[in-house]
Amino acid sequence: MNDLPGDLLYTSEHEWLRREDDGTVTVGITDHAQAALGDLVYVELPEAGQDLDDGSDMAVVESVKAASDVYAPISGTVVEVNELLNEDPERINSDPYGDGWIVKLKPADPIDEASLLTPDDYQELLDREAG
Amino acid sequence: MGSKTALFDKHVEAGARIVDFGGWDMPLNYGSQKEEHHAVRNRAGMFDVSHMTIVDLHGDKVRDLLRYLLANDVAKLQSQGKALYSCMLKDTGGVVDDLIVYFLDESFFRLIMNAATRDKDLVWIRQLAKGYDVTVRERADLAMIAVQGPNSRELAAPSIDDAWRDQALVLKPFTGMHAGELFVARTGYTGEDGWEVIMPAAQAARFWDRWLATGVVPCGLGARDTLRLEAAMSLYGNEMDETVSPLESGLGWTIAWQPLERDFIGRAALEALRNEPTLRRFVGLLLEDRGVLRAHQRIIVDGFGEGEVTSGGYSPTIGRSIGLARIPAGEYSRAKVEVRGKLLTVRIVKTPFVRNGKILIDT
Repeated sequence: MNDLPGDLLYTSEHEWLRREDDGTVTVGITDHAQAALGDLVYVELPEAGQDLDDGSDMAVVESVKAASDVYAPISGTVVEVNELLNEDPERINSDPYGDGWIVKLKPADPIDEASLLTPDDYQELLDREAG
Repeated sequence: MGSKTALFDKHVEAGARIVDFGGWDMPLNYGSQKEEHHAVRNRAGMFDVSHMTIVDLHGDKVRDLLRYLLANDVAKLQSQGKALYSCMLKDTGGVVDDLIVYFLDESFFRLIMNAATRDKDLVWIRQLAKGYDVTVRERADLAMIAVQGPNSRELAAPSIDDAWRDQALVLKPFTGMHAGELFVARTGYTGEDGWEVIMPAAQAARFWDRWLATGVVPCGLGARDTLRLEAAMSLYGNEMDETVSPLESGLGWTIAWQPLERDFIGRAALEALRNEPTLRRFVGLLLEDRGVLRAHQRIIVDGFGEGEVTSGGYSPTIGRSIGLARIPAGEYSRAKVEVRGKLLTVRIVKTPFVRNGKILIDT
């Protein structure tokens, strides 16, 4: 059902990460997460320049139904936030892996792939949750 | 696994996200909740409301029973089919449930009550009905579909039998009629025109499919909640419950104080509360800052005290967050709400926020 992009890493909190050529990491929430939340109506973004610890609160996404925290999937510094989401939070619904990205981070440390999920790992997690 | 309505398979077929609601497996949304909301405001949508409790009361003294049971006065119901919205109170003035009562004939009234309160409602009513020799018959054999929106009656009408269609189309607001096996009422919970149609459960899928084919959009509980919030209609368990009276729930208008000699359950408690200067205000809120109001958020009014958001959410019609709230007595026009650790500003506004497709507040 879910066609997961193969070039991304994932977390068990239903977030994705893309390693960009310039060494930054783009973060968003997965298609599964946006579908579960429903139509998004508000996104609270961090400030550029903010330092975040792995697992700390990074953003809040609110849908017609509920609010949900988005956690920093790695430690790093916020280099850019997706300002588009202030006016059009539904970009996350319509294009979760593209225009609906949330934050770009400059990693504080080399990325430890073992602490993140591959597309296959994440698919397995979704299958288990659907169980 | 919860109870299922006669339309459960139709919901699954239409791709609904199913959630538990008062012990029932109900559709939350089918696709985009916002699109379902707009469909009702602009055209026509339909809701499966078969989980609601339908109770028929029969007996020569049924009117007397209801005049004592309900805070509103069924003496107002003089023409056949006329409906009345009322709270059913405890002695303390707290609300057991809110309901719609239809006058069908002098020995037959019909109640439509909430699903989540079914068991206690039936116990409450049965206990009292004995003394009036009234029989209490739950109609679990019936299903109910609400078709709502400016085009809803016109789209739904072809499914009503020829013999009744014209009469159904000229039903006045807040009245209902039997149309063969159907009961059609011009009522709803969205702030739009429409019908609530009660039918034998075995026929529900047929009506659902016909209306789907004419372009009526299936809508879930999510859209039902944002529509009723914009219309500032109370939700039992949010705006009121057994611990709070209608006087502090925006439902003072449903209490029939006249005639003075009519006794009803809760009357003495309400009389005592009525002129309390500390009675909390019940108001609408418009969030001026960015964010989303949600039920149970704390309200802070400098110099007056604290209150609580009873229902909150994003208004798809207005494009901002709105809420209903109980707040301290006093004259003021703005307050602070604690939203996820931050204090945001809300403006107190007159409700409803939206009615018949139009925004009624200053934004």
